[in-house]
Amino acid sequence: MPGDGRPHGGEREGANRRGGVRVACTIPNERGGCMTEAGTVKTVCMDADEIERSLTRIAHQILETNKGAGNIALVGIVTRGDLLAKRLAEKIEAIEGTKVPLGKLDISFYRDDFATHLAPEVHSTDIFFDLDGKDVVLVDDVLYTGRTIRAALDALMDIGRPATVQLAVLVDRGHRELPIRADFVGKNVPSSADENVRLFLEETDGKSEVEILEMTPGSRAGSAPLGGE
Amino acid sequence: MALLLKNAHVIDPQVGLNETADILVRDGKIVEIGQNLAMEKGVERDLGGKIIVPGLVDIHVHLREPGYELKEDIASGTRAAAHGGFTAVCCMPNTKPVIDNAVGVEYVKARAAAVGKCRVHVAGSCSQGLKGDTLSEMGDMVAHGAVAFTDDGRGVQGAGMMRRVMDYAAQFDRVVMSHCQDEDLVGAGQVNEGVVSTRLGMLGWPAEGEEIQIARDIAICRLTGCPLHIQHLTTARGLELVRAAKAEGLPVTCEVTPHHLFLTEDAIGDDYNTFLKVNPPLRTAEDAAALVEGVVDGTVDAIVTDHAPHNDFEKNAEFELAPFGMIGLETSLALVITNLVAPGKITWERAVELMAAKPREILRVERVALEPGATADLTVIDPEAAWTVDAADFQSKAVNSGFIGAELKGRATDVYVAGYATMEDGAIVE
Amino acid sequence: MAFNHKHLIDITEYSADDIMTVLETAVRFKEVNERRIKQVPTLKGVTVVNMFNEPSTRTRSSFEIAEKRLSANSLNFGGSSTSTVKGESLVDTVETLCAYKIDMIIVRDKHAGVPRKIADVSGAHVIDAGDGKHQHPTQALLDLYSIWEVKSDLAGLKVGVVGDIGHSRVCGSLIPALKIMGCEVTVVAPPTLLPARPDVLGADHVTTKLDEVLPDLDVVYMLRIQRERLEGAPYPSLREYNMLYGLTKDREPLMRPDALICHPGPINRGVELDSYMADHPKRSVILDQVYAGILTRMAEMYLLLGGSEDGLTA
Repeated sequence: MPGDGRPHGGEREGANRRGGVRVACTIPNERGGCMTEAGTVKTVCMDADEIERSLTRIAHQILETNKGAGNIALVGIVTRGDLLAKRLAEKIEAIEGTKVPLGKLDISFYRDDFATHLAPEVHSTDIFFDLDGKDVVLVDDVLYTGRTIRAALDALMDIGRPATVQLAVLVDRGHRELPIRADFVGKNVPSSADENVRLFLEETDGKSEVEILEMTPGSRAGSAPLGGE
Repeated sequence: MALLLKNAHVIDPQVGLNETADILVRDGKIVEIGQNLAMEKGVERDLGGKIIVPGLVDIHVHLREPGYELKEDIASGTRAAAHGGFTAVCCMPNTKPVIDNAVGVEYVKARAAAVGKCRVHVAGSCSQGLKGDTLSEMGDMVAHGAVAFTDDGRGVQGAGMMRRVMDYAAQFDRVVMSHCQDEDLVGAGQVNEGVVSTRLGMLGWPAEGEEIQIARDIAICRLTGCPLHIQHLTTARGLELVRAAKAEGLPVTCEVTPHHLFLTEDAIGDDYNTFLKVNPPLRTAEDAAALVEGVVDGTVDAIVTDHAPHNDFEKNAEFELAPFGMIGLETSLALVITNLVAPGKITWERAVELMAAKPREILRVERVALEPGATADLTVIDPEAAWTVDAADFQSKAVNSGFIGAELKGRATDVYVAGYATMEDGAIVE
Repeated sequence: MAFNHKHLIDITEYSADDIMTVLETAVRFKEVNERRIKQVPTLKGVTVVNMFNEPSTRTRSSFEIAEKRLSANSLNFGGSSTSTVKGESLVDTVETLCAYKIDMIIVRDKHAGVPRKIADVSGAHVIDAGDGKHQHPTQALLDLYSIWEVKSDLAGLKVGVVGDIGHSRVCGSLIPALKIMGCEVTVVAPPTLLPARPDVLGADHVTTKLDEVLPDLDVVYMLRIQRERLEGAPYPSLREYNMLYGLTKDREPLMRPDALICHPGPINRGVELDSYMADHPKRSVILDQVYAGILTRMAEMYLLLGGSEDGLTA
């Protein structure tokens, strides 16, 4: 069934999705680190408090840039951006007392690497409000090559005609392949291409942190861990 | 010219022979069979370890000439026969034009004499153009050498017409060979009606479509006294009908094919292998087991191949559009050895009856036996030869065999027709 | 849950999980089909050939719309231009198509087994859009979707399939598919319209008495009487067929209150169904089936093309 853990959020490039059963971070390797299917944990670059503080700051910045919550809509990209968007919406409500429209977007049908990858689990796109004329804040976890955002922009435009689209990400790890930049960034995390930057969230993973993983050859490099929704 | 075949195991139930012996042949006839024979001049061959039997005959083959020479012709079809160990075949008249008159009979005989690698007995049609309404000139065809009559390829549909056919043929002491298929009941059937027709979504061909004509023809045999031979019998109940007719003393015989003995409808899978599309269709495992029982107990008189060559492009088509039939001359003997003789279901003697002695009796042609004075039509068999059926090895122009890839035991190595070798050590003699 | 199929030819090669993947993916495409812009770029650059070797308006239209909404390049091949008319063999035709470097062939043919043959010859992805009297798997999947959407769970449903079972490619896929999903299947037909062995397809019960089984059924699937395909009519008249096997207003009291009515279309009104039943606002899902055809066919193409081990072939 959908959401049984096939990773989707964040960036997907360079990944080989084919493989055996993937087990969440459980097997200690010989260096005492922890093997995930995507590599060995090198560093925890954001802990739960840091994530929380960054989101609070981003919420304030969004309100400041847009002069209040009046015309804002938040759209998170599944499967981590939607959870971040939900947290941002809660923070904005706490600050402004306004409930902003909240949607989630699946970009499976818009990927540019569709033909070379295994058929992914398709998640739902749920945008139960009119996007037309809205200032849409697109929310994702990790900004990397920019291809996910490209796909998300195409998907948004097929659904409606927002007045503006802004981009909020928790982590910007660099290595852009398209002319895309974020309007709101939680943290810039310099990384190398053979590393994998991943967000874990309490709601789905039992812990909240951003990890830098060393990729093992042939592993996939999606940013979401297993055992999700 | 003399030929001395030494040290082979000679088997012929017609003369009660089953021993190691030498055979001396001169001028196309067997001169002597015995121990330690010698001759002054001629060809001598040591056939130790081999078996010699009276030349095999297949009384149901389609040589396709005239008319369909792209599928097969008399030259290639008789090469295939020799390669399979046969010294004679009987060819069916459903050529183009149909062999329904003396001219056709003479044509086939002339071509066979010119290019054939084995004897060719000609069966003429019962009805003109196989249309099932007007009698063929049977008398003239008999005068020109036709040995039997059949509308093989389809059944004679009208009972009245079949009665006329058998009444008329009876005066010539020739057998009427019947392809039993009620066209109204069978319709456009593609495979046996039942599990496979349902699973593959194709029109079924009920066993009863064959059995009701077997029953009808036995009744007409009783009515007319004309010898009746049921062709390619495939069902357990059909065999039961023949068994009862024989018990009654009627002049009824029957034949079965290796593919109906050793393949079943279950072989037809999702790949819709058109090589397994045959007429009558492959039946159930129970039917095949009953046919084997009939072979063992003597109800079945002959094993024939219904050798039916088709072009590759005709078979490489939609199952429902592909023509019926598979080739068989080059696998028949080995299939019988592998599946019946080697496991001990039948003896070598019984195999000789089924593939050499009884078929000639049915056709009322000259007996071929291992005895002095007999025509030296001989088949030499290596009973231990292990081989795999490979389309590239066929002498036939066609490759539509349902047994490609089968691992078989035993095959003919040498064939002599009137003392002349048509095959030697597995190679056709040019 | 991996989806590792290259073709959709034989529904029995699909597991219950595979079928659920198709149905759930179809739900996602429902969102796309309810947008203003009912198109996604997913299959941009993919070439799909609609090879319809026998007339079909509905199925072909459904596939064409599904292809266009996925942004595939589609080519209609067939009708009067078919190779057989010109004497070309099927194999030659398919090899010619493959020389165009195509990715997927949707095939409808009046002969059983043709999609498998095309798959063997071509290397392209193949979807069987109906082969002879054999199978019609995309119809079965849209039927399952329509039933699932209303009933939420397919397992344990009692489904009656009524009518021309023997000449129906729909049944060749539908009955096995229902069994894969755990339904209990009763086929209702005169013996002249039954195949030799309905049990081989998966039928649990076979009956000629519609009125006796109607009270038990959660779903009544009425098959189209294939008038054009029957040589020597297997029933005396359409009137008598309707009397014995038609789902008419006077039979409604026998039905469960929540029993659904399905029909693959096109309907012969007054034969399989009367207008009251065909248009029944609560029971009839016949038009939902048509819509489900778009959704499930989009899902099938999406999953087959995305699921290819070696990326796009041919």
